[in-house]
Amino acid sequence: MTAPVLSVRDLVTEFDTRAGALRAVNNVCFDVMPGEVLGIVGESGSGKTITGFSIMQLLDKPGKVKSGEILLNGKDLGRLGDTELRQLRGDRIAMIFQDPMMTLNPVLRIDTQMIETILAHRKVSHAEARQLAEDALAQVGIPSPAERLKTYPHEMSGGMRQRVVIAIALMLEPDLIIADEPTTALDVTIQSQILFEMQRLLSNRNMGLIWITHDLTVVAGLAHKVAVMYAGRIVEFGPVSDLLDRPAHPYTRGLIDSIPSNASHGKRLTQIPGMTPNLLNLGKGCPFRPRCPRASDICASDPETSSTGDGRTVRCHNPIEEGLDDTASAT
Amino acid sequence: MLAYLIRRFGQSLLVMAVMATIVFFGLYMVGNPVDLLINPEDDLAAQEAAIRRLGLDQPIYIQFLQFLKGIATGNLGVSFVHNTPALELILSRLPATLELAFFAMLLAILLGIPLGMIAGLYPSSPGSRVIMGGSIIGFSTPNFWQGLMLIMLFAVFWRVLPSGGRGQTTDLFGIPVSFLTLDGLKHLILPALNLAIFKIALVIRLSRAGTSEVSLQDYVKYARARGLSEKRIVGVHILKNILIPVVTVLGLELGNVIAFAVVTETVFAWPGIGKLLIDSIGLLDRPVVVAYMMLTVFMFVMINFFVDMAYSMLDPRIRIKAGKS
Repeated sequence: MTAPVLSVRDLVTEFDTRAGALRAVNNVCFDVMPGEVLGIVGESGSGKTITGFSIMQLLDKPGKVKSGEILLNGKDLGRLGDTELRQLRGDRIAMIFQDPMMTLNPVLRIDTQMIETILAHRKVSHAEARQLAEDALAQVGIPSPAERLKTYPHEMSGGMRQRVVIAIALMLEPDLIIADEPTTALDVTIQSQILFEMQRLLSNRNMGLIWITHDLTVVAGLAHKVAVMYAGRIVEFGPVSDLLDRPAHPYTRGLIDSIPSNASHGKRLTQIPGMTPNLLNLGKGCPFRPRCPRASDICASDPETSSTGDGRTVRCHNPIEEGLDDTASAT
Repeated sequence: MLAYLIRRFGQSLLVMAVMATIVFFGLYMVGNPVDLLINPEDDLAAQEAAIRRLGLDQPIYIQFLQFLKGIATGNLGVSFVHNTPALELILSRLPATLELAFFAMLLAILLGIPLGMIAGLYPSSPGSRVIMGGSIIGFSTPNFWQGLMLIMLFAVFWRVLPSGGRGQTTDLFGIPVSFLTLDGLKHLILPALNLAIFKIALVIRLSRAGTSEVSLQDYVKYARARGLSEKRIVGVHILKNILIPVVTVLGLELGNVIAFAVVTETVFAWPGIGKLLIDSIGLLDRPVVVAYMMLTVFMFVMINFFVDMAYSMLDPRIRIKAGKS
């Protein structure tokens, strides 16, 4: 059994607002093994992006990690000083942002931005750094990388820019990459190209990847394990095919049913009724209760996370039975 | 690019022509220079001879045609008062003003940008509040009063700096300048600072607004996620983005500083073109005023042109391409 690259334990992230503390991430736990892809899925506002930024220790004010541990190779990131964190970021943990149009600095050339990243972490000459940057661009499938290095971000398409960002992430061979909806802003053909490229690049590397998305189909093709988040908590966790085939949490079921398919052609699309809850005003009990088709009186109390075997956990009083045997679900 | 330059040049000529016409006729309506220039004790024949010599006996449109004819041969007219070519008179006073303006801009950049960035990066710190409070004072008190206060503090109470004049000058490429001698530099500090106060306040506010806006951008967060040092993020990633508006405004202000250094030059008895303009308007010395205005317009046009160039250097997205623009 190898040690996990990243181990998140009871992570709580809060935003102190005038209306009170907003708990955006609530007791989240998960591990990422070397070479493993973890998909974090959820609607907007479910806390998946904040989880990513909490790991990076890059929360915007007034966001703050209140409690919990974030262990990168056994080192608690929450206890590190600014300098140590700076040295880890970009080198041991890299991040890919959502909108490639906004991530690269518009007034600096690609080579400037790539080389400065290398020089921030490695003691190499400028020429060596340039060579490394060029190789990295070639690796992500950018044609004539030497020329591309000399261009500005606005001279590239969105897909190209996201490839550059992926190249920057992979360049220094980090232990962990956090990708925050990296294909959401791209159109479908580019999205599949990028996904294909990611799969290819990951296959011979031993790095962990957290892929944050709201798109279950992306997760199905890329991830090994999935964490489904709702209102700041992980409501269901498990291996990807098992979880998608036999979801136990009604919310996961709802997400899967919301994907338009051939079978539903001509019929009204299924959707989850209601909206994501206001995190400032959650009340007691299961936060999904008002939207849940399986809600009962017991849901007025908050469900515990329970293991259901095969590495799966679910946080629900009334999990969908077909996915589980009866004994395990009786929590 | 060439087409762009030619179009730009044509526009400039048009603006200068319109400006010259307006000033020429405008000054005619203010008053008759004859009343101020002629010695009333001369006999009638001598007076008429003097009027004829200045060309003021002709109707105004003939005078204007004469003026246009002069321009065509590169002659902007002869000062009624000093009896020297107007352009020459202005150019002889220009280096003093340019020196003053240059140092004022230098102060505005060297003090304004760092102070503004500090205020933008740490908006709630006491230091930032002091900077922003200071910039409001710089903005809202009258410039002549600021000048008088500077003189009172530095020249009268503490007696560390002189209150006026250019001090000792040395020749640099045949042009007298003050800043190369210690005495000249001492004379330069107060007027340059006085001229700069408003610009410093302006640059502080621009830089602060830019910094607080840019630091929220994704690319700054991404720069942090790549583990870049704070020095590099602030000094390269943020600075280069906020420079665009700062350069634009400073470019426009540079014209203002040169053209309207009048107040500072008057308060500090700095022998520049601002002082010359005020005197010439007072005496209705039309050739000097018109020449001054045309030179000012020319300067504004040139400065705007260079600002556009600097702009496209800073922001690759608006680089001027051939055939587009």
